[in-house]
Amino acid sequence: MNAIIASALLGVLMMFASWIFDNEKTHTRIALAGLLALIVANLLQLNGVYTVSIDYKDMLSFTQFGLYVNTILFILTFLYVWLNGDEIAKIGNHAADFYALFFFILCGASILTSFNNLLMLFIGIEILSIPLYILTGSDKKNLNSNEAALKYFLMGAFSTGIFLLGITFIYGATGTFQLTSPSLNPATGMAKEQLMYSAGLILIFVSFNFKVSAAPFHFWTPDVYDGAPTVFTSFMATIVKATAMIAFVVLFHSQFKALGYAWELLLTFVLISTLFVGNITAVFQRSVKRMLAYSSIAQVGFMLFALYGPTNFANEGILLYIMAYSVASIGLFGVLIKMKEYSFEAFNGLAKKEPLLAGMTTLFLLSLAGIPLTGGFFAKYYMLNAAVQSGIGLWLVALAILFAAVSIYYYFKLIQAMYFVEGEPAIQEVEQGYKYKLLVFAILILGLGILPNVFLSYLYF
Amino acid sequence: MVLLSILSIPFIAAIILLFVKQNEKANYIAIASSGITLALALNIAFNGAANFDTSWISSINARFVLTADGLSKILLLLTGISFPAILIATSKNDIKNRAQFLSLMLFTQTGLLGVFLAGDALLFYFFWELALIPVYFLCSIWGGEKRIAVTFKFFIYTFLGSLFMLIGIILVYTHTADQSFAIQSFKEANLNFGQQLTAFALFFTAFAIKMPIFPLHTWQPDAYEQSPTAVTMVLSAVMVKMGLYGVMRWLMPLFPEAFAAHSNFVVILSVIGILYASFIAIRQDDMKRLIAYSSIAHIGLMSAALFANNEIGTQGVLIQLFSHGVNVIGLWIIADIIEQQTGTRSLKEMGGLAKQNPTLGILLVGFAFANIALPLTNAFVGEFLMFNSLFQFNPWIAAAAGVSVVLAAIYTLNMVQKCAYGEVSEKINKMQVPNVPAQFVLIVLFIVVILSGVYPAPLFDLTADTLKQLFIK
Repeated sequence: MNAIIASALLGVLMMFASWIFDNEKTHTRIALAGLLALIVANLLQLNGVYTVSIDYKDMLSFTQFGLYVNTILFILTFLYVWLNGDEIAKIGNHAADFYALFFFILCGASILTSFNNLLMLFIGIEILSIPLYILTGSDKKNLNSNEAALKYFLMGAFSTGIFLLGITFIYGATGTFQLTSPSLNPATGMAKEQLMYSAGLILIFVSFNFKVSAAPFHFWTPDVYDGAPTVFTSFMATIVKATAMIAFVVLFHSQFKALGYAWELLLTFVLISTLFVGNITAVFQRSVKRMLAYSSIAQVGFMLFALYGPTNFANEGILLYIMAYSVASIGLFGVLIKMKEYSFEAFNGLAKKEPLLAGMTTLFLLSLAGIPLTGGFFAKYYMLNAAVQSGIGLWLVALAILFAAVSIYYYFKLIQAMYFVEGEPAIQEVEQGYKYKLLVFAILILGLGILPNVFLSYLYF
Repeated sequence: MVLLSILSIPFIAAIILLFVKQNEKANYIAIASSGITLALALNIAFNGAANFDTSWISSINARFVLTADGLSKILLLLTGISFPAILIATSKNDIKNRAQFLSLMLFTQTGLLGVFLAGDALLFYFFWELALIPVYFLCSIWGGEKRIAVTFKFFIYTFLGSLFMLIGIILVYTHTADQSFAIQSFKEANLNFGQQLTAFALFFTAFAIKMPIFPLHTWQPDAYEQSPTAVTMVLSAVMVKMGLYGVMRWLMPLFPEAFAAHSNFVVILSVIGILYASFIAIRQDDMKRLIAYSSIAHIGLMSAALFANNEIGTQGVLIQLFSHGVNVIGLWIIADIIEQQTGTRSLKEMGGLAKQNPTLGILLVGFAFANIALPLTNAFVGEFLMFNSLFQFNPWIAAAAGVSVVLAAIYTLNMVQKCAYGEVSEKINKMQVPNVPAQFVLIVLFIVVILSGVYPAPLFDLTADTLKQLFIK
């Protein structure tokens, strides 16, 4: 509760910050301070301290898991703003406006980690999504950005409609929005209600696939990620996607588990096509930014394994996955922002000119590919273990592994360009401080890869 | 603690090397580090070492366990000897950014030592992959003309194989009684025959690619040829042993029934591989490729003897793990000296080495004899035991594999003849100044060859416990 209120208030505060302060650097500082306050507020609740008490009629439920996810998301946002503050300031008139939007997104995120009611879930998703449409179109003079925003908005609105329809069906079948209500149990219903329930479930499932950009509902992703300003792509592809994924997992681990078979078959289909589309299409990309868009689809394919069963591996694994994936991706986008163009050729010879930067980029890529010593390895490992434990066929796991090997191809293409091809990299001057900031991300990736325990143990305090 | 330090010394040295600029200094650091590692390896091999065991990822019960039994010790010895030998022998070679090169070499060593010491399946996998990454960069940056494509093929091949092993590990892990990755729990895992077969296939794919067993060998000759020679030495002397080590550490004890069920299949594949590689070796004119194919044939014999699944063969393989490594490094060093000084690898352009540089000529003949396993050389001991085991397994297969001995004599002696004897060729004439450090290394290695050939008892003693564990239940 602390986080929801604090983030909304901070959002409003940020909106007025651009009136009072003219300096964009100050905006960034205020935002960082706000994020720190948010983290503290959330940690307070994690330790049982509440600032306000509101009767929310059991529509929200604050679990250890949800609050810990909040902490992760806030810290990631903090790191993201800390790294990208200067870049954000370059876009639009007032950086403070964007920071306000970030806080609203985080408000949506903290609802999404604690919903106990389908309506709250819906509200959370909307609060999360609408600022995103604005962020996508924030580069007003760029046609691609405008197109992306429109596309994103139309697709998003459409999937919201589907989501609402799904909720309606479920309400019709059970008479409640409450997730923990005993009447939300399909086994007790009659045949007609069963049918309505399943239909609702599938619609919600489809809509979530839109949000996390799983194939075949991914078509908006490459264009939107490509069109949006790179700093915001970095935010959308990591923190926002992670939030949607967590909500997805939490929802389907709850009551919906009972109706397993119907949607598990569908899930298997979605999972395979996501891995297929993401990995195979990424191979053919010429722009690194688009390659990262497709790779983010491919990564979702792996995250979907967590949906199969509420095992320990699935719960811990999805956390590890969003951490490793987000840190590596924010880092990669952080390097990409400094490039003058986004083709693979632009990276030629980067290792010679900027050894540290190239080394860190390699580390991020290795993590996305799931090589040991990086966080990505344990993330993938936990997912595969969750899959095997939940009892789905080994063939699906083997298939995922084959696609992981395909992913090596496009991640390593970038490494090859940086290290083994001679050339003049198309990179702007990067100041030393920025590199040290990126180094923090690199260290986090190594930390996740060597002692994942440290990051997971807070889940149980 | 000794086990932890042998792992951390090359690792720390590798990190230090990242910040060193001067070549000379880098050389000293790397050689010193590998020398200390060798001393520690000797200490562990002959004095033993206590297990190192600490918690790692407690929520899934993965532990950081290092343990050294006979099998580990013999490979520690090999790794320990190989690296100083390689580093000293190639210390005069012209390598760009030498400090980085050496740093990556030492990272590789760390990975290899980790593989041979890991007593926990997840940790084993961890190091298994870790040994691969630096090699990828070493070959892609410092390799030959076609290096990028060739190394990528090598990387994808082995990476895919190890991912299959990862599924295998997960599969066994979910069937352990106490949900742990410890070898002991893996051995006691409750797998029915069908599950054993699946797990066997998953593990075997990884090891078969690494060894490699025909028909999964296609990455190897190219990778050996295109890699810088120092890396080729690591690949062929130590890295391929990871596959054989994996078979002995995991396949044999974990899935005995599945192992027995597959022994015919794998032995036949291995023997096909031996003959195939030997015939190709005969046709080679490129010295590096010839040694590469000869090495494939030798590894094939080792895998055949291992899958014959009897005590005598396994004993032979345990000895040969070490001997093959020493011999092949010797041959590579000679090939490297010639290539560095003459700029050619073609046997046609060589001749008269024995006249030009008698010491090197004698060493070449010596290592050639070891390569065809003449008595008194170290390889004789191992190969004799291995053929013995194949004969016990099936006389016809032993006969087929026996052909390879004749073939080995043909291609090896052919190489010696073309290279060492005859008139001094134009190219060989360029070799005016002997490469002293490399020759010194060769002499030391040759002493090891003869010593362990005449008196192999210490090696037998060293590996007795592994053998007992594998065959006496």
